[in-house]
Order: sequence, then structure tokens, then C-alpha cells
Amino acid sequence: MAASLRDSQHELARHAVLPENPRVTQTTDRRRRTILGVLLVCALLFIGFLVFAHRPAIAEIAPPPRGTFAAAEIDRGAAVALIGNCTSCHSAAGGRPFAGGVPIKTQFGTLHGTNITPDPATGIGRWSEAAFARAMREGVARDGSHLYPAFPYDHFSSIADPDIHALYAYLMTRTPVRAEVPANRLIPPLGFRPLLAGWKLLFFRPARFTPAPQHDAPWNRGAYLGEALAHCSGCHSPRGPLGDEKRNRPYDGGWAEGWYAPPLNASSPAVRAWTADRLHTYLRTGLSSTHAAAAGPMGEVARNLAQVPDADVRAIATYYASLLAGAPAARHEPALPDRKPAAAKAQPEGAALFAGACAACHEPGAPMIVAGRPPLPLGTQFHENNPRDLIQTILHGVSPPVGAQGPYMPAFRGTLTDAQVAKVVAYLQARYGSVRWSNLEKEVVKARKEGQP
Amino acid sequence: MTDLIVNGRTHHLDVDPSTPLLYVLRDDLGLVAAKFGCGLGQCGACTVLVDDQPVFSCLTPIAALPGRQVTTVEGLGTEKNPGAVQKAFEIEQAAQCGYCIPGMMARAEGLLRRTTTPSEAEMRAAMSPSLCRCGTHMRILRAVRRAAAMRGGGVTDPAEPVA
Repeated sequence: MAASLRDSQHELARHAVLPENPRVTQTTDRRRRTILGVLLVCALLFIGFLVFAHRPAIAEIAPPPRGTFAAAEIDRGAAVALIGNCTSCHSAAGGRPFAGGVPIKTQFGTLHGTNITPDPATGIGRWSEAAFARAMREGVARDGSHLYPAFPYDHFSSIADPDIHALYAYLMTRTPVRAEVPANRLIPPLGFRPLLAGWKLLFFRPARFTPAPQHDAPWNRGAYLGEALAHCSGCHSPRGPLGDEKRNRPYDGGWAEGWYAPPLNASSPAVRAWTADRLHTYLRTGLSSTHAAAAGPMGEVARNLAQVPDADVRAIATYYASLLAGAPAARHEPALPDRKPAAAKAQPEGAALFAGACAACHEPGAPMIVAGRPPLPLGTQFHENNPRDLIQTILHGVSPPVGAQGPYMPAFRGTLTDAQVAKVVAYLQARYGSVRWSNLEKEVVKARKEGQP
Repeated sequence: MTDLIVNGRTHHLDVDPSTPLLYVLRDDLGLVAAKFGCGLGQCGACTVLVDDQPVFSCLTPIAALPGRQVTTVEGLGTEKNPGAVQKAFEIEQAAQCGYCIPGMMARAEGLLRRTTTPSEAEMRAAMSPSLCRCGTHMRILRAVRRAAAMRGGGVTDPAEPVA
């Protein structure tokens, strides 16, 4: 009864709006046509975009037998992999080498480094060298899907053919590991890989490396290794909102895994000159007695560079020393005041925490200092425009430098609360710092969150 | 005066706030399980738990501890009524000279308070900051696996089964 009443009311209503006026009919039709038109254009654009984004799959191959590759090629490939720092993203802590699964946190969600062992099912065992070279240079997987630019193909596009070939030879002769990588967790719709074609259109400018004629061979070798293979600017340059490296501000400082990667150009905050010799020692051993120990993501870079031909590390050092030649410390190495009494007065709690937790190693005359470790005020962390690296060093400690002897810094993340870390940092800033930092406790909370794997 | 909570008891202490926890435990409170090894946070012999996290007590100033719970091996059980970790270390005869063992037990306890079902890799990573110079690592790892099982869990992919 109620239903039929509602039906008849509905009927009445329908009659009431029935278009008697032809102008109304016209407008409705036009609106409908417009909407249809827009939808059609959108669909066409979408199809057009899919066509534009499409990359063909490259046929699978039978995994090449080990004998396919010469020993010298494999050896060179090992060095290429080390300089390229492949393991940072493709070898998980405690996992098998190159089997992937490393979580990579970005502002867009978490990606996972892929399995690049020659396992036919879960790795790259069925990738031809052409498919491998396309992935390296264009960021496209064998099956034609686009790769996320966390994989630095914007650098790898400049790798020379012999190095691509050597890397392929090396990876295809590793122990195959059957290991599925966890699914990426990205903000929708970024899981839709064709969108990456749009990112590439905006930001990806593939280019082969061309030597600069005004520089000598070691410099050019270093430029090639640093820019194409080691992709140093991937961490040491700022990035835009879409994760693009800001090409107009190369080496102006950037962020990596919750750590700050300081500038490697004229705005370097280091208080001692980065000469080629000092850089060479630092890159080779992870320790510069005039700067700091390589910590955070840089620790692994140094451990990798300890194992490659020395001439390559020298070349990298030569190139970056030239970029750093315009830095303030290259002209003048400032005196480093120790304002201990004033700092203790200004930050008594930080001073007490420092005395109990840090002084045994870090006061002048302590065993670490006698062993040739850099005194605190030399540490670049103290002079950066943000406190992040100092905080992370306290939270996570320093992994032992290559061939380390004697003590290295343990992690204090369980020992000190966020507020206490902030107090220690405030004390250190008052005692040695050259830059004003603020909101230290907030900075510690943020550093702890972003530094978690 | 500083308040320090150790094994659930609050102590009122008149010590310099920068004094390392280890010295207070051993010299003022008579809790001598934690040992002085290197004094530089390298060996782990002084490891105790602060809010269930393992810390080097030689590098933990009293100033860092107001309101936080310190647990030493004395807090895990008694000779007559040992805790699961202590019992497991005894059954597996994990000690040789024994100097590292209180630190090892504190570290194992910290792990098992976080999870009673760690993976073998997680367990090894958790135990790795503590050093043993006698070389009883395999027995120590067996003891941790056993303790996990005794607490109703177990290492998920044990390198060897609990016998």
C-alpha cells in the first residue's frame, strides 16, 4: 500500500518535470553530449597514455651456463657491483646476497629491492643481456613493466657498455636464490606502473657519459664512476616533491634512509679541507681522522669501496675533491673552540649525560682520540645545517670502519630517551657547534622514526 | 638524591648523576651479576635491561634513568627458583668462565620480552653485541632457543632443534 502510494507520487513528480519546454530538452541533451565527450576524450587520452607507456616484453632465455662468461669479465663485474652499491638495496640484512627484499622507505610508501640473483623463477635468470641492459639504462623490466626510480636508472643510463656486460656476467654467475620479494606498499595509485612513464617524461634524461676535455683522465674516470655507477648525487643532492633529483642543485645535500647526506660542493660544511688524499682514505677505510667515520648508509659505501681496484677509488676521490675545492675549508681551516665550562652551565643535564655516556671515549685524551679517531669538533655532523646526522650517530652508533682496530661507537637508542638525546645534542652544540639548531626533541623523534628500517 | 628503580625496588641514592649505572649496581647496591669488561660499550659484559631494552650499563649514566625500570640478572630469578633464561643457560651448560654470561642472559631476556618466537637470524642479531672469549657461543644460542621454548614460544627456524 505504502509502496504503491510512493510509486504514484513518483509518477506525479515525473510528470511534473516532464520537459514541455524544448529549450530544457536542448540543454539536457547538450550537457549529456558534453559529459560523453569529456569521457570519450579522457578514455582516448588514457588509451593514448597506455600506448605511450607501453614497453614490449623481451623474450625469456634459458639461464646462461657459467662457462658463458670469462673470469676477467666476472671480476670486473664484481667491482662494478661494489662501486654501484647494488647490495644496499638488493641484499637484505641477514639474507642471501642479491636476493632482494630490502625495504626502501620513500615518501610514497615502501618499495622492496628485487631479487637479482640468476634464479629463473624469482630472479633474473631468464633475462637476456639486452633485457638487463634495458633495465639498467631505461628502467624497464624484462616483462616490459616500468621500474621505480628508486632504482637509479637516471644514473645507470650513463654506464658504458663494457661495464653493463661485466655486471651482467657477474650477476648471472652468482648463486641463484629462490626468494619472492614482499609486495611494495605504495600510496594509490602509484602501484600502477604505467604512471612511471609520466615520471620519466618529466624527469628522466638518459645520456651516455661524455668526458670533459679540459680535465685529465683520472678526473674523467672519477666523474664517470661517481656519476654513472656510484650515483653519489642520488643521496647527496636534494630531491623534488616527486622524488626527482634537482639537477640545478647538484650535490647540495640530500637525504638517505633517515640520514642527511651533506653537500659535496662549495657549500660543504666540513671544517677541514677535503683533499683527494683525505677523500681516498675516507672512501677506502670509512674513516677520516680529519672529518668523521662513515656512518649510516655511507658505512656500506666505504665497506664496498674497500674491495675495488685502488685506482678507481683514487679517481673518485680526485673528482669529488675538485667539486669540493670551492668549499670554505679548502681556503681556511678554522680553529675549533672547546666551550666546555659554558656548555656545562647552559646545559647541565646534557653535560651529566655526556660525562656518563660519552666522555670515556670522546673527551680529549680518551683512548679513541689517542687511537687517531677524529676529535668531536672535527665531525662534519657538528657543522651541518640540521642536527640529523649527529642524532642518528648517537642513536645508531657507527659500524666498525674497514680494518677497524680498537673501539667503535655503540648505539645509544635503548640507553637514552628522545628527550635525553636532545639534551646531549644541545650540550654538544653549545660546546662545539657552529650552527644554531632548534626543536631538538622533535628532531630526535623524527630521526628515530625515519631511521628505522 | 636520585631515585633508581632496579628489579622493581626503588633506591634513593646520593651519587653524581653522571655515574655509570654499572658502578652503582655493583658498588652501592651489591648487585654484582653485571660485570665490568671494557668500559667502552664494546664487550657486553655489563649488559642489563632498561625498560626491557638491553643497554651497556658501563655507558648508562644514572641521570638517564629517572622513572625507568632497570632489570639485572638478579631480577630474573633466584638460585632456588631460577627464571626460564637462567634455567636454560644452566641446562645447556652455556658458561665456561662465565664472565660474559650475565650480559648474555640479560640480552636473551630482552629479546624474549619482545618476542618469544624470534627467527634464528633475529636471535643471533640480538645476541651479537655481547662477546664471549671462551667460545661457548653455540651453547649460548642453544640456551636462548631453549629459553624461548620454555616460555611457550620457540625460535621459528632454529639452526638446531631443542634437545
